[in-house]
Amino acid sequence: MGTNGIFSNNSLQQTTGEQEPATHVVTLVEAVNLALARAMQNDPAVVVLGEDVGTNGGVFRATSGLKERFGCRRVMDTPLAEALIAGVSVGMASQGLKPVAEIQFMGFIYAAVEHIVSHAARLRHRTRGRLHCPMVLRTPFGGGIHAPEHHCESTEAIFAHIPGIRVVVPSSPTRAYGLLLSAIEDPDPVIFLEPSRLYRMVKQEIRDDGVGLPLDTCFTLRPGKDVTLIAWGACVHETLQAARELEKRNISAEVIDVASLNPIDYDTLLASVEKTGRCVIVQEAPRPCSVGSEIASVMAEKGLLFLKAPVERVNGFDTPIPYFRRENIYLPDVHEIVSAAVRALEFT
Amino acid sequence: MLYTKTPYAQHQFIDTEGKAVGNLPSWMENSEQLLRFYRTMTLIRLFDKRVVSLQRTGQMGTYASCLGQEAIGTAIGCALQPQDVFVPYYRDQAAQYLRGVTLPQMLQYWGGDEWGNHFTGTAAGDFPNCVPIATQVTHAAGIASAFKIRGEKRAALVTCGEGATSRGDFYEPMNLAGVWQLPLVLVVNNNQWAISVPRHLQTGAATIAQKAVAAGIEGFQVDGNDVCAVYDAVQYALEKARAGKGATLVEAVTYRLCDHTTADDATRYRDHEEVSAAWLKEPVKRLQTFLHERGLWNEQKEQQLVAECQAEIEQGVKDFQALPLQPVDDLFDYLFDTTPPHLIAQRERAKQKAARLAGGNRHGH
Repeated sequence: MGTNGIFSNNSLQQTTGEQEPATHVVTLVEAVNLALARAMQNDPAVVVLGEDVGTNGGVFRATSGLKERFGCRRVMDTPLAEALIAGVSVGMASQGLKPVAEIQFMGFIYAAVEHIVSHAARLRHRTRGRLHCPMVLRTPFGGGIHAPEHHCESTEAIFAHIPGIRVVVPSSPTRAYGLLLSAIEDPDPVIFLEPSRLYRMVKQEIRDDGVGLPLDTCFTLRPGKDVTLIAWGACVHETLQAARELEKRNISAEVIDVASLNPIDYDTLLASVEKTGRCVIVQEAPRPCSVGSEIASVMAEKGLLFLKAPVERVNGFDTPIPYFRRENIYLPDVHEIVSAAVRALEFT
Repeated sequence: MLYTKTPYAQHQFIDTEGKAVGNLPSWMENSEQLLRFYRTMTLIRLFDKRVVSLQRTGQMGTYASCLGQEAIGTAIGCALQPQDVFVPYYRDQAAQYLRGVTLPQMLQYWGGDEWGNHFTGTAAGDFPNCVPIATQVTHAAGIASAFKIRGEKRAALVTCGEGATSRGDFYEPMNLAGVWQLPLVLVVNNNQWAISVPRHLQTGAATIAQKAVAAGIEGFQVDGNDVCAVYDAVQYALEKARAGKGATLVEAVTYRLCDHTTADDATRYRDHEEVSAAWLKEPVKRLQTFLHERGLWNEQKEQQLVAECQAEIEQGVKDFQALPLQPVDDLFDYLFDTTPPHLIAQRERAKQKAARLAGGNRHGH
């Protein structure tokens, strides 16, 4: 391979024999790592690329150890160029590889948007099925990690708006593992948004059995009968806390993790609101034209007669997310979610 | 202007008068190859003219002509091998034709139907035309990366205009091609005009070819109106790529004798004198003169070729015009591998709308 170090190691580790799947107690970011390793182990077409994903194992360590295990032909440090990472993934995917690319932070994804919107999302459609694009673009998103400017965006609505791609957001280690495996197996492009605030917040036991979770269903995390609390990503954490607060006031809150923002499983959401009659949507993003807006509009279209109160939305402000010293003003908190639920219940 | 810090340095074999320049490569003794160039360029020039006339009479969408630039696509189409992947922009009619894209299919594409991108045969793995400028260069780098990862002796060849070389999507993949030593060939159709912006306002660089230096790959200019020069250069670059010796940037210097597209009027921004002067250098007449002087061509052969081309084109137009409208289902059924329920519901609505519109009542209910 001449003087080029990137592909100089051609020795891929051979797969070991069948073993009983191991069980690990892991954080969300470790679950991402487990899923990547499992996918690479099971399918030689899976490759990982991005900035610092190789030797460094990713700035959050999501790809830690993969280069050592699978070799530098399958785990590639790219130059520092996000449009390149997305566009090269489109090219690789068109040739039968399954690239899983990392954009280091969502705040840097915008250079890649042209390739996602104009190419990844449309390749199958505009060639009438002749070429397709089974790629995953992973990126950490959201606030609450005391990061520099441009590292805390929650702009999932940009992608949820686009026909031809899936947008998937895990909110726990278990769902990160299962949803990422399914995203990689999916024959179409997936934007996989990992809430960086949850990366190391909790640990869960995961059986590393390579079994994926469905990509187009919501997950009802807590059943309830008085109010439906809808969230995704990091906000699921505060929403569950809010449900426990409400329980102390004898209010039974159902908590649903939307998980898939494109397409959205409205059947589950509407069935819940039919039961509770009250709907609170929690998101970190600004409100205009957001995923929360879309859910609220479907509630108006199809759930109007179920509703006993106006849909409540708890979200960030219509400003950029503040730099970290004032970040907590912006991020939805338990108090706001509880207040919104109580307003919905007290509406007459 | 020739950028020479490269092992490849011959940039012209046939001058503007149709005379041989220097020592010709041995492959040019193969008259069948030269005649294939000439037939293709003649066909594509006549086809191009026909598509413009279809557009002018309301039977075609906006079309990007390749008038004056036929040598580049012809050379590329002849140099590519079946295992390679061609990633075009939108003035590559000649290359696409040689890859097996049919005339009706090209008309179907420019006529507003995505099925025109559903290539078969050798072109089945090629990318469709790329409208967002320069983005295709990045995809080509990804394709070349896949070949490299799997250790395949295949090359990706991508084209773009000189305007595209101002974009990050030109620099970023070229840079990657240098770092990863990718089997990639970039051919820039430097036709001097990016819609209304002339070459000298596009970059301060003396040549487009020298942009290769910063990426650590080889780059050179060729006379883009000399099909033999373009073919020789592209052949060199493709063989190098397939042999694992890295990427090459080929700047083919030509002139856009047409408007940018049928929606453009180039008289608004460029002088008639410049265009007239460029016509004296165009590629088809040049090769014809060369073939004449070698005894490979005469007036009778010319008349016969033109008649054959016209017949093929008219048949193509007829076949295109006989194509049915694509079913409304196709708008929904190719978005995802498995069409999700919300799209199935929308598909039914669209079919009802199509039935209503077909009923002739375009404004009522």
